[in-house]
Amino acid sequence: MNSSVIVFPGSNCDRDIAVALEKMQFKNKLVWHKDTNLPKSDLIVIPGGFSYGDYLRSGAIAAKSKIINEVIKAANEGCLVLGVCNGFQILIETGLLKGALLRNKNLKFINKDVSLKVNSINNKFCKKYKLGQIIKLNIAHNEGNYFTNKDHLKELEDNNLIAFKYCDEKGFINQNSNPNGSVNNIAGIFNKNKNILGMMPHPERMIEKSVSGDDGISLFSSLLN
Amino acid sequence: MKFSVTVTLKKDVLDPQGKVVQQTLQNMGMKTLKDLRQGKYFEVDINENDEKLAKDKVDEMCKKLLANLIIEDFKISKL
Repeated sequence: MNSSVIVFPGSNCDRDIAVALEKMQFKNKLVWHKDTNLPKSDLIVIPGGFSYGDYLRSGAIAAKSKIINEVIKAANEGCLVLGVCNGFQILIETGLLKGALLRNKNLKFINKDVSLKVNSINNKFCKKYKLGQIIKLNIAHNEGNYFTNKDHLKELEDNNLIAFKYCDEKGFINQNSNPNGSVNNIAGIFNKNKNILGMMPHPERMIEKSVSGDDGISLFSSLLN
Repeated sequence: MKFSVTVTLKKDVLDPQGKVVQQTLQNMGMKTLKDLRQGKYFEVDINENDEKLAKDKVDEMCKKLLANLIIEDFKISKL
């Protein structure tokens, strides 16, 4: 599998995700945002960080960069696209994923490990997880409060387009287990065709049991055919 | 031709920063304060003499980049 990680000025999880992909035997390339040619890829990753210093709105400037046109084209042709954290914010700003990511409800930058419930496994990103499995991943963001209108929320719920929901260690999904105020505790969503996943938690930070945990591995191994 | 653009969160979108500023002002004794919304302000200078064309250009800028229409409203005024 060939993967490309797009790098913007201010990206800071690009190397972590490259390490995760290479560990899983992806042939990965880092692609600079000014490039106009995207290497042939089975998977495009937009990593976390603070692209363009979060100027205007998180992800807004990166969503108008040169390489993004190629990403949008590839995504519309069915290429797998993963956006993590700032990458999720960028995908939202491009319109590839619907909704918006607002400031965290408590107005604080949150950096902690959270429990997540795997909400959808009938897709290329999560098929190695079990439905309802509780996993632990790290979140680190200031604008992760997912918001969308009622019709789209219903579409997400009805069509199984919510990948992960914030829960507590026992798996209960409620306001106490919602770190940032996201509607319906949403932590990650797919587009209609399920070839694009945007998520606030960082799977690339959980690929080594002896360091932090390895609940992120299944996401990358799911993508390997 | 100069225009000002203000971008604010839509009424039904929670504006936590505005709420905190509002509460602080109320705590400071501003009893008549009813509601407060925080937003962004831009000054845009357009190389164009026709006011309508210039305003249309600013409108396009707002729709394409300055505002996220899912969560934000914008208002353009001539300076």
